[in-house]
Amino acid sequence: MKGVLRPEAAAELIPDGASLMIGGFMAVGTPERMIDALVARAPRGLTIIANDTAMPGKGIGKLVSAGLVARVVTSHIGLNPETQAKMIAGEIAVELVPQGTLVERIRAGGMGLGGVLTPTGLSTEVEEGKQVVEVDGKPFLLEKPLTADFALLAAWQADYVGNLSYLLTAHNFNPVMALAGRTVIAEPEAIVPVGVIAPDAVKTPGVLVDHLLIRAGC
Amino acid sequence: MDAKELIARRVAREIRTGMLVNLGIGLPSLVANYVPATLGVFFQAENGVIGLGMRPPEGMEDPHLTDAGGGFVSAVPGAASIDSAMSFGLIRGGHLDMTVLGGLQVDEAGHLANWKVPGKMVPGMGGAMDLVTGAARVIVAMQHAARGQSKIVPRCSLPLTARRRVDLVVTDLAVIEPGEGGLVLRERAPGVTVDDIRAATEAALVVPDAVPEMELA
Repeated sequence: MKGVLRPEAAAELIPDGASLMIGGFMAVGTPERMIDALVARAPRGLTIIANDTAMPGKGIGKLVSAGLVARVVTSHIGLNPETQAKMIAGEIAVELVPQGTLVERIRAGGMGLGGVLTPTGLSTEVEEGKQVVEVDGKPFLLEKPLTADFALLAAWQADYVGNLSYLLTAHNFNPVMALAGRTVIAEPEAIVPVGVIAPDAVKTPGVLVDHLLIRAGC
Repeated sequence: MDAKELIARRVAREIRTGMLVNLGIGLPSLVANYVPATLGVFFQAENGVIGLGMRPPEGMEDPHLTDAGGGFVSAVPGAASIDSAMSFGLIRGGHLDMTVLGGLQVDEAGHLANWKVPGKMVPGMGGAMDLVTGAARVIVAMQHAARGQSKIVPRCSLPLTARRRVDLVVTDLAVIEPGEGGLVLRERAPGVTVDDIRAATEAALVVPDAVPEMELA
């Protein structure tokens, strides 16, 4: 862990054309202050890897509306008509991935695996261009790993060494993405002394976290 | 009773004690209203909770606790929060007893199409492909027809959700069970005849001697 940053300083780290994994599910568990700082700095041509593109005015939807996104790898854009309109207009390239496959591709990328074999997507459009591998007589799709330049996480508590805990349905993709970003920036709601998050309650070990965002209001 | 309530009340009868069940957004989510708490069923939301509960009282909503549609929910005693890898491990790994999803088309092979209308609607598959591939039992809950067009067709013209044959289709007219030999008409909605169903269905139906009326939860 390198220390705390203001959101503006964290956004300075992210250049044009960067790939970003961003935690969240319909903007629940998404680092909103980090996204607001990115919108203000406005790096261009970003690749976003995330469960969904939220909705206009929330989470990843703000990056889409601001025209900062060139490519999205995601499972769902149904609640963001702007993503759909920009996809149809050819302004954003969208790769749609089944949700369970998306999280496993990220996990594979973060955990040093060469990919995953999944039955999901067999005999559908998802199979197109992919290798089918038979294991003990059963067919699986080979799905390749995903990594990114940055993982932007939202957490509930962080401690001084960057250990993270999450609340309820705000876990979603965050703990998995923590391994798959070359630089990991976490936005906690609270920063607490070491020991307050018990070792058994740590979901993301601080050794994975490069930067914490300073608490809101500081 | 409107069509959606009828479908939800019939699907609810498929749910057994102690099951882990995933209900899709929209019509399928209504099923929970007709499942008695005494059954000890856990509802999973794929965004990360086992033990989904009702919407909290006004003002008690927590932004960290939502369902897969982003709506505020509560959690029941015994609930567990999980990340997306665990959530889809449950789904794909065969640990989910039942999923109830909406549909655009089901065909004579029992294949479901429910995630894309090329050129018109491309929302993405979300969790649907994993759910249909991995759940122990897949139930499609949908209106029998849309804009006068049968949604039960000889062969899906829309992109498939999975290669797997779904287990049961519940509509506002009928309960249909896809099998090796095609689509078997199992039940009729109250007041609906077999001929009504045949007339409203583009696909061929296998009709047993007895087709009883649906019982509703």
